[in-house]
Amino acid sequence: MSAKKHAFPLPSEIETLPGTEGWETMYPYFTRFRPEDDKQFWFYNSMHFPEPMPAFDVITAEVPYTGMGAFTTRVFAFPTALGVDHRIVNGRVYITAYAVTDPAEIGRRAEIFQKRAGYYFENWEKLYGEWQVRVEQLIRDMDAIEVPTLPEFEDEKVVTNATGIAQNHYVREAFHRCIENYSKMWHHHFEFLMLGYGAYVVFFEFCKKAFPEITDQTVARMVAGIDVTMFRPDDELKKLAKLAVQLGIGDKFVPEADPQQILAAVRAAGGAGEEWLLALEQSRNPWFNLSTGDGFYHHHRSWNEDLSVPFSALPRYIRQVQNGESLERPTERLKVERQRIIDEYRALLATDEDRAAFDQMLGLSHRVFPFVENHKFYCEHWHTTRFFLKVREFGALLANKGVLEEAGDIFHLHYSEAEQALVDVMLAWAAGSQPVGGPRWKPMVAERKRILEKLKEWQAPPALGPIPESVEDPALKMLWGITSETLDAWSRPPEEDGENILRGYAASPGVVEGVARVLLDVNDIGQMREGEILVCPVTAPSWAPVFGKIKAAVSDIGGTMSHAAIVAREYGMPAVVGTGHATKRIKTGQRLHVDGDRGVVTIL
Amino acid sequence: MNNNDFIRRFEDIHIGDRPAVGGKGASLGELLNAGVRVPPGFVVRTSAFRAAFRQSGIGPEIVRTIEALHGMGLEEIAAATREIRARIVHEPLPAPVNDAVVAAYEQLARQDAEFFPVAVRSSATSEDSEEASFAGLQETLLWVLGEAGVLHAVRECWASLYSAESVSYRLRLALPEPEVAMAVVIQRMVNARSAGVMFTRSPATGDRSVIAIEGSWGIGSAIVSGEVTPDKFIVSKVTGEVSGRTIAQKAIEHAPDPKHGGIVTRAVPAEQQRQPCITDEELRELVRLGKNIERHYGHPQDIEWAIDRAGAFPDNIYLLQSRPETVWAKKDRERQPTAVPKAHAYDHVFSLMGGRK
Repeated sequence: MSAKKHAFPLPSEIETLPGTEGWETMYPYFTRFRPEDDKQFWFYNSMHFPEPMPAFDVITAEVPYTGMGAFTTRVFAFPTALGVDHRIVNGRVYITAYAVTDPAEIGRRAEIFQKRAGYYFENWEKLYGEWQVRVEQLIRDMDAIEVPTLPEFEDEKVVTNATGIAQNHYVREAFHRCIENYSKMWHHHFEFLMLGYGAYVVFFEFCKKAFPEITDQTVARMVAGIDVTMFRPDDELKKLAKLAVQLGIGDKFVPEADPQQILAAVRAAGGAGEEWLLALEQSRNPWFNLSTGDGFYHHHRSWNEDLSVPFSALPRYIRQVQNGESLERPTERLKVERQRIIDEYRALLATDEDRAAFDQMLGLSHRVFPFVENHKFYCEHWHTTRFFLKVREFGALLANKGVLEEAGDIFHLHYSEAEQALVDVMLAWAAGSQPVGGPRWKPMVAERKRILEKLKEWQAPPALGPIPESVEDPALKMLWGITSETLDAWSRPPEEDGENILRGYAASPGVVEGVARVLLDVNDIGQMREGEILVCPVTAPSWAPVFGKIKAAVSDIGGTMSHAAIVAREYGMPAVVGTGHATKRIKTGQRLHVDGDRGVVTIL
Repeated sequence: MNNNDFIRRFEDIHIGDRPAVGGKGASLGELLNAGVRVPPGFVVRTSAFRAAFRQSGIGPEIVRTIEALHGMGLEEIAAATREIRARIVHEPLPAPVNDAVVAAYEQLARQDAEFFPVAVRSSATSEDSEEASFAGLQETLLWVLGEAGVLHAVRECWASLYSAESVSYRLRLALPEPEVAMAVVIQRMVNARSAGVMFTRSPATGDRSVIAIEGSWGIGSAIVSGEVTPDKFIVSKVTGEVSGRTIAQKAIEHAPDPKHGGIVTRAVPAEQQRQPCITDEELRELVRLGKNIERHYGHPQDIEWAIDRAGAFPDNIYLLQSRPETVWAKKDRERQPTAVPKAHAYDHVFSLMGGRK
């Protein structure tokens, strides 16, 4: 970094937002910033955590970081990269990454790494096949967890089978199994992911050396798969749209109508309606287990839980089918185009040795990429939405027993607090008395809801602490788009570049102008109007239906392999990601000029 | 127009004709025959140069004068060459050469000879070759009008072969002086709305996957002379993606002087100064042409282009010159592979992540 004239605030300089005093009580002690943390560089992980964290939801930071660090630091022993620490301030998650710099230490780790990572690379397809079976089993196990209802008398079977254990025991056991299952999923998530990124980064670095002016998105296009699980839920919707037209019930799908009304109208349509509903059921399992977010917040319900997201896309797809438009993703054309790009770059390489190395690196990337692209559906979507659904059942038990107002309030307790409340209920059921937690938890939940709402107003700085000399971590760059340059841009006061210009990653080529729609919350995607430009903190796969509607996408966070980038390229629309401040600087209704070739957004 | 001992039309020229028509002339003929839009024209062959100096008898004298300059200082060279140039410029052309040039020009200009603008450029036999590039050392006369203007410009071009720089260069390389000859290219001049240069690899990094285009308002001489900071575009040859686009403030442009011929510098209207000098459509067309020319020659090129004020897209886009890129070509020969294959594909991960290269 050339000059460090702009800096980020230090963690110790961050003040509690007035009116949110006591926010710290929502989070475990180890997530609090300490004075020593001022020496470290932290950045706001707004990619995964764009909103203030409800107390329960911090598990979506704690557990993944437990898994990720374990696999980089301890299992594979990545030579230069350890794990990350996270801290929470004003409800936002900041992280810092640890690196190994001592050459002797790196050498020692490299030996272990080669042996262990080599085993996984050598057996990648076989191990990935087993992975898929294991993760699906975890999901089935999660679904199978029974949350006791604690009726007046225990089931007679406890006697006739002589099980010898009453169901209040299983309240805690089931809750533990639920948390443990979630934790196992995240370990499996990182079992392959960092190695997958490693293979991609190697190819990426090679391309950047051989073609110094190649764009990140072009490298991504050579690697990205065409038939990716992430597109499957949207494809299922298109299939259902076509079927509705074939069956002559397309007119039942009225835009903006309540999904239940639509379902009732379809049900009333006789045999055709029955056939469509059967197809819907098949699509829903598993493809509607898609979070409306990225799988990090309890309130990002799945399509299955809230049909309004998929059903808001159906009327438009149906209209397109009726107009004779093709809804198919042009996969054949995309495959041919990808191969052409690969062949032409390969031909431009200077020597045959370069070409042989290129083939090896690209081949490895293509081997590992199905995991990199597909794991998200299994982990962050399917598994995570089922996990939150199960936790909600424990919430229902607490609400039934008068400890909470409603089931969803459990997400305003840390899981250790939730366990205490459950024990309260277990004891009272045994004692034949009433749980005592109501007066403790109910006001606390109400206060935390108020604090969370207020914390949304806080403008979290993109980073805290001293800017490091150089940020060259490949994972940071690929996932979050964080490099020395982006940090410099983020820390630069807006007036230097002109109030109206935002810079980010050129994620998908093309230049358009249009009206901005700023969406901070995925649940608001219904507000999006045809032809608008989406401005969001970060996008998730469930936003896919919205991409058929918009002209361009702009996000605060994201690198070239981020979801918004991948989907925008697929839809052939311009995208600028990783702008740092787009949702803060742009207002809905403003006219924007989005230059996806250069990564520049101009407010007109 | 007809070919004869002294004249050859672009249509009948190929790259192998360099000894007769010089590097620039050979390249233009080659481009035209490769299907590229080049402004029409002809070459006054080296044979005309030789004929002119045989008849006037000053040829052998010049050779003697220059050979005698071996080991002399810059001042002696400057004085001697100044005299040689003055003689060449004032020496009338022998009648057969004179008539051939006039006839060819009239045919090119048809009825409008008085106002038909041409560019007259020297086309040396050794110029522009990859080995001994002294491009730019020789003369280019722009917006030349009328017979007399053309005849004078031809003599100016010949004279430029005897600039102090050219002669010093030849002396330094010990190029045999009696073999030195120069052809002259005479070509309809495009009244450019925008013009510039294009490299079919990055001049900054040598990256062969991109085309770098620089352009400005008016005639391209403003860029070549460095009087204006051009707009810059970087475009991927493979995907067509524009990865770099810098629009400069272009305060002046070169434009023809319609009365006296030649080029004048004039101010660009304020509202136009920060506008891109080419449209996206024109950019794409230039990239397409650049790729085709590179493919035709089989190696990266350094190309001059112009967009005519008259005519409609894409017929108003002309290429004025293409020569092999030399700077990175030289570096390529010493270049090591970026990476070499390893026993296992994943060994590459170990080299990158292992903290050692």
